[in-house]
This record gives sequence, C-alpha cells and structure tokens, in this order.
Amino acid sequence: MEHKVIGKSVERWDAIAKVTGRANYTGDIPQKELLYGKICRAKIAHGRVKNMDISEALKVPGVVKILTPDDVPEISFPTAGHPYSLDPKFADVADRRILTRNVRLYGDEIAAVIAESELAAEIAVSKIKVEYEEYEFYLTPEEALKEGAVEIHEGTKNIIADTTLEIGDLDSGFKEADIIIEDICATPIVQHCQMENQIAYAYKDVDNRWVCVSSTQIPHIVRRVLGQAFGMPWGRFRVIKPFIGGGFGNKQDIVVEPLAVAMSMAVGGKAVMLDLHREEVFAWTRVRHAISYKIKMGFTNDGIITALDIDAISNNGAYASHGHSIVSKGSGIVTAIYKVPNYRYRGRTVYTNTAAAGAMRAYGTPQITYALETFMNKFSIMTGIDQFELRAKNFTKVNDENPVLHMTQHSMSLRECLDKGRQIFNWDEKRKSIDESKDSDFVRGLGMAAFAYTSGAYPKTMEIAGCRLVLNQDGSIKMMMGATEIGQGADTVFSQMVADTVGIPFEWVIADAVTDTDIAPFDTGAYASRQTFVSGMAVKKAAVELKEKILEASYHFSKKTNKVTVDDMDIVDGNIIQKHDGQIIESLGDLALKTYYNMHEGHCLTADVSNRCTKNAYPYGVTLAEVEVDKKTGKVEVLSILNVHDSGKIINPLLASGQVEGGMAQGLGYGLSEELKYDEKTGKPLNNNLLDYKMPTFMDIPDLGVSFVEIDDPVGPYGNKSLGEPPLCSPAPALRNAIIDALGIYVKDIPVTPQKIIEALSENREV
Amino acid sequence: MYQINGYFEASTIKEAIDYLVGNENSQVIAGGTDVLIKTRERKSGYTDKDLVGIMRIPVLKGINLDDDGNILIGSTTTFTEVEEDEIIQRNIPSLAAACGSVGGPQIRNIGTIGGNVANGATSADSASTLFAMDAVICLEGPEGKREIPIKEFYLGPGKVAMNKGELMTHIKILKENFMCFKGHYIKFSQRKAMDIATLGCSIMVKTTGNKIDELKIAYGVAGPTPIRATEAEAIAKGMEITTENLDLIGEKCLENASARDSWRASKAFRQQLIRELPKRAIKIALGGGE
Repeated sequence: MEHKVIGKSVERWDAIAKVTGRANYTGDIPQKELLYGKICRAKIAHGRVKNMDISEALKVPGVVKILTPDDVPEISFPTAGHPYSLDPKFADVADRRILTRNVRLYGDEIAAVIAESELAAEIAVSKIKVEYEEYEFYLTPEEALKEGAVEIHEGTKNIIADTTLEIGDLDSGFKEADIIIEDICATPIVQHCQMENQIAYAYKDVDNRWVCVSSTQIPHIVRRVLGQAFGMPWGRFRVIKPFIGGGFGNKQDIVVEPLAVAMSMAVGGKAVMLDLHREEVFAWTRVRHAISYKIKMGFTNDGIITALDIDAISNNGAYASHGHSIVSKGSGIVTAIYKVPNYRYRGRTVYTNTAAAGAMRAYGTPQITYALETFMNKFSIMTGIDQFELRAKNFTKVNDENPVLHMTQHSMSLRECLDKGRQIFNWDEKRKSIDESKDSDFVRGLGMAAFAYTSGAYPKTMEIAGCRLVLNQDGSIKMMMGATEIGQGADTVFSQMVADTVGIPFEWVIADAVTDTDIAPFDTGAYASRQTFVSGMAVKKAAVELKEKILEASYHFSKKTNKVTVDDMDIVDGNIIQKHDGQIIESLGDLALKTYYNMHEGHCLTADVSNRCTKNAYPYGVTLAEVEVDKKTGKVEVLSILNVHDSGKIINPLLASGQVEGGMAQGLGYGLSEELKYDEKTGKPLNNNLLDYKMPTFMDIPDLGVSFVEIDDPVGPYGNKSLGEPPLCSPAPALRNAIIDALGIYVKDIPVTPQKIIEALSENREV
Repeated sequence: MYQINGYFEASTIKEAIDYLVGNENSQVIAGGTDVLIKTRERKSGYTDKDLVGIMRIPVLKGINLDDDGNILIGSTTTFTEVEEDEIIQRNIPSLAAACGSVGGPQIRNIGTIGGNVANGATSADSASTLFAMDAVICLEGPEGKREIPIKEFYLGPGKVAMNKGELMTHIKILKENFMCFKGHYIKFSQRKAMDIATLGCSIMVKTTGNKIDELKIAYGVAGPTPIRATEAEAIAKGMEITTENLDLIGEKCLENASARDSWRASKAFRQQLIRELPKRAIKIALGGGE
C-alpha cells in the first residue's frame, strides 16, 4: 500500500510544548484552593495496627484532617489496570483497601493527613504514634511458602495462583533428547523509574460528581475502580489525564486515585492533591516481579528442542495487583518464538512482604526471555553449534498456531532480523578480533538473544478501542481517542493514521491534550503495546468511514455540475479529486463549509466507532552486544549494542527509534545494575532512591544501534505490529551472554554486577 | 519538603561565628547538597534548624598560593571551581579529578570542598586525595584560629573535630606534600556519574628512576573514615616498580583497611578493589596509562 504520512518521521504534535515547558502535567494545573495529602506509612513489614494516636498530629498548624482506616469504606477492590471481567472467575483479586490496619509490607498505608501545605502534612505524619502487633515477614517466595508461614492475606496460604500447562508428552520428549540441560536462574525486583512520579488530585465538581485528575495510563479503568472502591455508580466519577511523564506500566494500576478521592470527600469536596515522592514511588507503587526459574531442556544433537520443562516462581509482593498474569504470560511467549513439541510450564505466584509487583514494560517477558536465552546460549557453548543457527532451527514459522495462546501468526521475520543484525553489527569480524585478544585484564565478549512478544492482550482479555472523528468547518479533523498518550507518541501516530487514510496533511489532524472519561470514547488505555495495533484498528475504521461520508457528501453537493461517480473520487493532500485524471473537484475545506452551512442539506460529518479486536500479531527481535570486562574489578563496559526489530510496518521511524533506545537503556540496567533490595532484619527497602538504585545514567549508555526489518503484517491495521514494550525484552540476556563469553565463566542471575563477576571468577565457575 | 526554622546569611566570618555561638539551634549550610538532603529526609538534628549561610563570605572562597608555596583552598570553593582552577590543575591534578567525579554538574556547581570534608563521610570524593596529601584543616571559632591535620579531623562516620561555633575556613596543602609527587584518584562506582564511591583510592608517588622514594595511599570507604595505607607505604619505600612489588603493595594495603560486608558490597569484593586500585593508580600516575 502506498502511504503519504505513515512511515514518515513527522514531528510529534506536542514536541514544542513539551520542550518549552508549556505542556501541563497533573502538578501544573492550578486550582483555586488546594490541600495536600500525605500518607502515614507503617514502620514494620508484617503485622497489624493495634492502636493509633493522632492527637499530637492534629495539633500541627495547617492540618485539616487525618484519615484512618475507620474513615474509609470497608470495601476491598482490585488495582490492576485490566478490562473488567464479566466472569467473576477471571476477575482481578480484590485485596486492597484505601487504608489498612493489616500491615503487609514495610511502608503500608495506614493513615493519611490532609493539610494546607505539604510540609504541615509531613510534620503531622511524623507525629502519628502507632502501636503494632508484629508477625514474621517474608522477602522471598521460598520463605512465604514454608510450612506454617503466616498468611499475608487470610485464606491464601500466600499463593495467588499455581497453574501448570502441558503440551505433548514431556517424558517421551526427554527420551528423544540427546542432550539434556538442567539449571536454575533468577531475575531481580526492579522499578519503572518513570520520570513523573504518581500524582493525582480530586475534587467535587459543579455537578456534584467526583473528578480525579491523575497521571495514569488507564483513565477509563481508573473510573471503574473508583466506583468499585467506593461502592458507588461508576458514572459518579470522572477521570482526567493531562500530559504524563511516562508510566512503563507503573501507572497501569490504581495506586493513588482512591485515596485522593477519599481525602477530597473528607473535606467536603475541596481539591486535595496526593503527590508521591520518588522514594515512595520506588518502594510503594509497583515493581517488576522477580521470577526464579528451574528449567530442564532437551535437545537433539543437531540442536532441535525436544522437550522443555519450566518451573517458575514469581514474587508478587504484598498485594495481588496484576498477579498471576505476569508469570503465565511467559508460557505463551516461549511457544511464540520456539517450536516446543513437548512442554510443561508451571507458574506459581506468591505473596511476600515486598513491594506489590504489577505491570512493567513487557509484562513478564524480559524474565522468561532471560531464562530461555541463557539456556540457548548454554547449549550453544556446550555443542559448538552457532548461536544464530541454533535459534533459527527452532523458530516458529508463519502460519504456525501458538499452542498456548491458540493464535496463528501471520508474519515472522526473526530469521531476517538475525541476518541483518549479524551483518550490521559486524559480528563475525568482531568475533575474530576478540579471539585474538584474550590475555589481558580487560577481556571482550559477544552475546546475543532473541525474543517474541504480543500486540495487545487478546485472547487473554477482550480488546475494544474507540475513536471519534469530526470534520471541522475548514476541512481539518478533530480526533478523539480513549487510547492514552503517555509520552510514547501514540497521539502523533494516530494522527498520522487519520491523515494517511483520509488523505489530508498530518497538520490537519487535531489531537487532544487531555483524556477525559466524560468525553473520550471508551478504550482501556495504554498497556500491552496495544495502541498502534488495537486502537489503530479503531482509528482506521473511523477514518475509512469518515472518508466515505466525505466523498458521498461531495458527490451529493456536486452531482448537478459534475458527472464523476463516488468510485472515481478520492482525497489527496486535502483536495477531493477525480481518480482518473487527478483533477481537483473541490478542496476539503470548501466541502466542509457546505456540510456545515448548506441551508437545506447541511449536516456535520462525523465517525464515532468502537472496534473489537480479535487478533494478535507477534513482534520479534534480537539484541547483539559487545562488552569489555575488567577481570580485576568486575566492571563491564558495553562497547556496542544493537536491537533489530520485526514490528511489521513502522508508522513513525523517529518515534520508533526513540522507543527502542529507551527500552534498550532500561534493558541495560536490568541486565547489569538495577535491583531493589530489602533489609533482611527489618523488611525495609534499602535503596529506594535514585542514588542507591543503580539505574544507568546517560554516561553509562553507549551509542544504541537500532534497526528494523519492515515486512507488513497482514493483521495489523497498517501492516504494523507492536513496538512499545519489545525493545526491553532481549538486552539483558544478550549482555549476560556477552559477559560469560568474555570471561569463560558462568553467571546465572541478573543483574550481573561487578561483585557477582568477581565472585564467579574467584570460584572459577564453569559455564 | 524542608522544615527549616530560619535562615541567616553571614557576610563575614565573625558574623557567622557570632551567630553560631549565640544560637543553640544553628546549623552551618554551604552548598546545601548534604544539609538539605538530610533536612528533606527529616534526619534527626536536621529539621527546624536556624541555618547560617556562608557562601557569600568572600574570604572563604577561592584558591591561592601562600608565601611559602603552600596551596590554600577556601572552604566554600565549589567542586567545579576546584576542578577548573589553574593552581590545582598544575600542581595536584588528582584533586581536580576527584572533585570532577562528584555527583553531576548541578551538584558540582554548588557543592563545596569544605562541606565535603566537614560532612565527615568516608565516601567523600575529595577526602581521600586530601588524606594522601596530608592536608591541614584550618578552623576559626570564638577562641580564634587553629589548624588540625585531616587525619585527626575525622573522628568517625559523620563526626569531625569541629567545636560549636567553629567554621572551616581553608584547606591547606603543604608544598612538600605535592611538589615532585605524581598523583592519581580512582573512583570505583557502579555508574560513571551521579554515584557514590564503592571504593575511592588516591595515591601520591615520588620516584627516582624506577624506584619509589615515597608513596602515599589513601582510601575512601575502606573504613569508617578515609584512611591511609601506612603499612603498604612503609614497605614501598625504595622498592623497584615491578608487577610483583605492586602486587605486594596492594596486598599490604589490606592491613590498614577495615572493609566490611554491607548490602552495597561484600567484604571480599571491597578487598579485591582495595588490592587492585592502588596498583592501577600508581601505574596511571607514572604514565602507564589505563
């Protein structure tokens, strides 16, 4: 298909407003009167609040009110940003209260102060006296699962879910194997570190409904959960999302909104803002699940996978949030990339007293990709089979049905990604020069890893998206979306889709600076890399409909003077033309004026669609990395790194490269340095700040290589598959594999820190 | 949020001292990159204070050579100013490098070398180099002026030998402690910027031919305060510079260090760094390259 706007690096419509500071984020929007909320957090890791004395805190000048669990609804609600499930069996676990007497992690939310200033609120929090009854606490699933462990949530035995999936015959699969490898590996708790902390404020509006302005990825879902948390009709709430400084899944969860609304309700509807500090965001919003894997994998001598047995234990922390969906997602990711004839995948999701784990960019896939790709690497080292060939031999193919997800894939260009990557990375030349320089303290190594992902959440959850288009009086088009711009550039890409499909310049499409649940069509929000794929389908449907209406109208208004039929009409660069000779019939602006003001036949042209997506398309990709390791200090320097993606058609190459670079940088931290740690004696988070949590800085990131293999996917609305989350899936295993290539020793867990390298070297662990 | 009771801007040393003496609740603030962080975290002793600003006292700022050729660094000289100063770059480039390794540009533009030392942290990037040069801390208080060797200035984690009402005015580096020496500072941290040292190692070395005349090795984070590896320094005297001898020196450094296990790093890992970093620093100082 020939495109005029799609595939072009148009400048994002909000770029200038953002870089000049004119874009308003939640904290920027002025209120006539604003009160400030501050959470009083438990100072034990597990137990119960026996008694709370707020008398001294109430005396602090500026304090308006203090809320305790007695002052909020006794209703448990779910927090995951998933679509509502009509079947209660699949509903998210409702285990959260706005404030709690049961302390399930250090820092749990036991009271909240409302004050005239943030400082007054903080001083008051420091004066609240709490008596606790303390229980034993658990920082790992192993501890939480031990015999007689105290239940963090009553009646759960600390297990959120324990499921096993089996395909083929595992025993005969291992019998067919010539080589069987068994091992364990583990991934850490990490945090999103999105630039803008969680922030929300709430007030009672002129129509007596409750408005919550929040930095969220999922405005429509927030509205629903507010309804659930307060036991009130969902329509009593309105959620507004201004510009947002990133989320990476941390804002695909309901974290601050119910408390913000509860605080406003407590002060007669005055606006109350809850603005978390970075330290709170680290420790008490959401994190990525730490998952440990026990894996047994059988291969033929040629490197064909015959059997795979995975036992995954996922640390969900203190509240269910997205819960079991994360570890179970891994099961279908394995079969999206490799053919595994005999397969067992057991996933257990366990409550512990650490931060609640929820959605984080690529939703369980960086974990399973790490595990799988370190195993592929191990087999390659054991047998000498080329890493690229070993993987390619086992790749799934076009038109294969994924036996876990029961979806057929229609495009798969991973082989092309491997070949392209190998060539532009100069892998083979690098290999030669590395092999010649092995005997100094600084050794170099190469590593690679491949991944698969999904586009949207179908068939795990339903997928609907809405788009409303209005032809304005001058021929420009107002676009309204429920899908959520969170910094990734979704609105820009949707605008490109509208412009391309209708046939107008990009600049004629007007996007929204806010998403408002009273106005925006229904869409579940920004997650699962679903925007260009799922919401893109709605955009296309609306744009096609509006274009048809425009051509019909033009035909109608001009048929007396013009003999052209609708079939011979098109819109190009904002003009309605005759297809056969390209002659302009009229400008879209002239037509639009007629639709608005024709005394007898005027009617505004709009398209307002909701689209249900019942498909999925798997994006793929590969990371290649070269590192230099200092054998005496364990320091790793990433010399070069490249991601090659098969995401189908790339709608906006510049924005796409930006997403890939960001994901690679996050993957670099995941592989080498990031981990949220807890004090074993107290259960307190140790490094919940940007100094002690080692997110790489700009100076730690090398030039990032980005490349695409662009082959249209037949299912994607414009040949596109997802790209938002995929870039983070494969850098960590590629880096780890490069490090062990350099050192010839074995490191099993990420992050591969200098200390772990020195330990492995001193123990001389064999690969 | 910052709970601060009051702020007094001193324009002379005397004004500052008078205020400090007269107000039990007072607390000196220079660049604020330690004090304000502690205030924000509501650390005990750092909330509701009457702060005394000393950044606009002219005599506390700047770097000079005195009549004897000693280097005098004003206590409120910022890291950036130290890093970019010509006297420092010419005579003690390792201190310029140490100051250039602190945090990020914003921190270096406001944080001061005096504050770095007065804060009493073992991880202070400038401190190990100042230890390696046996710097002298110049104080002024209600009782007058006094000078104290940096070794004695550090009493323990966060504790320094400053009395109530005293201000650090200068850091003095004697000519004999830098002339004819070559020095190098290595900050080992997980990140290349915005980070705290896992271990800092600063060396000063004087050689004749291939022989070590004098070697000074100082560490940050190898103990509760910055330390000197005096045992290693003693055996190094007169040593030929060979790989074997450097290994001996590195090993000997462990005798003065008291590395411990913490969640930030294991004892074994710190010890490996304690062994390795001085060898590298010596090689680099002597032009061996990295």
